[in-house]
Amino acid sequence: MIISILAAEGLAQLGCGIGAGIATIGAGLGIGKIGGSAMDAIARQPEATGKIQTNMILTSAFVEGCALFAIAACAFLIK
Amino acid sequence: MKHLKSILLLLLIAFSPTFAQAEEASEEELNIPEIVLEHLSDSYEWHIASYEGKHLSIPLPIIVRSENSGEWHLCTAHTLPEGFFFNTERHGKIYETMPNGEVIRPLDLSITKAVAQIWIVVIVLITVFLYCANWYKKRDAKSDAPKGFVGIMEMLVVMINDDVVKSSIGERHYRKYAPYLLTAFFFIFTTNIVGLIPIFPGGANVTGNINITLFLAVCTMLAINLFGNKEYWKEIFWPEVPLFLKAYPIPVMPVIELFGVFTKPFALMIRLFANMMAGHAVILSFTCVIFLGWSMGVGYGLGLNLFSAIMLLFMNCLEVLVAFIQAYVFTMLSAVFIGLAHKEHHAE
Repeated sequence: MIISILAAEGLAQLGCGIGAGIATIGAGLGIGKIGGSAMDAIARQPEATGKIQTNMILTSAFVEGCALFAIAACAFLIK
Repeated sequence: MKHLKSILLLLLIAFSPTFAQAEEASEEELNIPEIVLEHLSDSYEWHIASYEGKHLSIPLPIIVRSENSGEWHLCTAHTLPEGFFFNTERHGKIYETMPNGEVIRPLDLSITKAVAQIWIVVIVLITVFLYCANWYKKRDAKSDAPKGFVGIMEMLVVMINDDVVKSSIGERHYRKYAPYLLTAFFFIFTTNIVGLIPIFPGGANVTGNINITLFLAVCTMLAINLFGNKEYWKEIFWPEVPLFLKAYPIPVMPVIELFGVFTKPFALMIRLFANMMAGHAVILSFTCVIFLGWSMGVGYGLGLNLFSAIMLLFMNCLEVLVAFIQAYVFTMLSAVFIGLAHKEHHAE
């Protein structure tokens, strides 16, 4: 009985950790793609660097926002 | 290369348990999560240092209204009046014991650490901008170019005003919102930077406190929705989609759009809060690594000290960058959302 309760608590903590990890993977993929495309674009049109950078930061902020929701949720669950 | 090798060797020695003098369990257990959480949270006094059990801290005024007698109390953390106590179960906030034994939270308007920190930032900002404004008053703004500090401030202001506010909201409407957005940017930026200073005039986790980001997000929400034009509200309640999506049987699109009105500022709130809190938590954890290392032995202590110092330097540099980026992103997203609320009518 006690062992199963302890195991359940451990599993819950494991779930928090795994959830945060998956969220980070998703955000990493997304931001990496944004950054890569922005670099490509800057290499092709160096004169538009300013505009591209602004939009890059804006888009990565959206992706990051999603990941932070997940991470905040995991952080509140973990003990 | 030579140095790298010696550093690696030192690390290797430090991490190998054979060299570390195994010390028996130290007297007081290091509770790292507790230390980190304590530094992240707001408090009733500004703690500076502790030495051999003695604490050096600046007392801040506590202002509470007793629910029992209805009178106001002004005191410090050491002279708490009868009936009040710091509830350790509820993050050390002040609670009051009623005559019938009930424990309740009284009306608490204390000047806490975060509030004091905000006031410091406000004083800094007022000084800086009045000084800059004075410079322009004395000179002919058209012919004289500012140098030095005023020049930097002009550069920052022009950058935010032209690249962020004007380009996101549009030529026609941006003037009305520029004061709010510039204020938000400089407030968030200065609080973030000051929060990175470890000792007294800084160090409070202000933008990593969800109440403050909530207030900023509510300001942005009001700025978006109070001055949104007809097009904006039409997009929400009567968007250009087939009739069955917006009226009958279920108005799906209006519900989703209305939801979006609240999620936008909510995302702003969470983004700033989570970024700053995570940054502070990581820096504090790396600081705790030093104490953890020394509690395990001299070898571990030296090695982990080195590791921690390098990582702290790196994290602090990264946090300076994050401090700027988060202020920039908050301002830019606010400006973009305000811009969306001023849609021009496009002919079909």
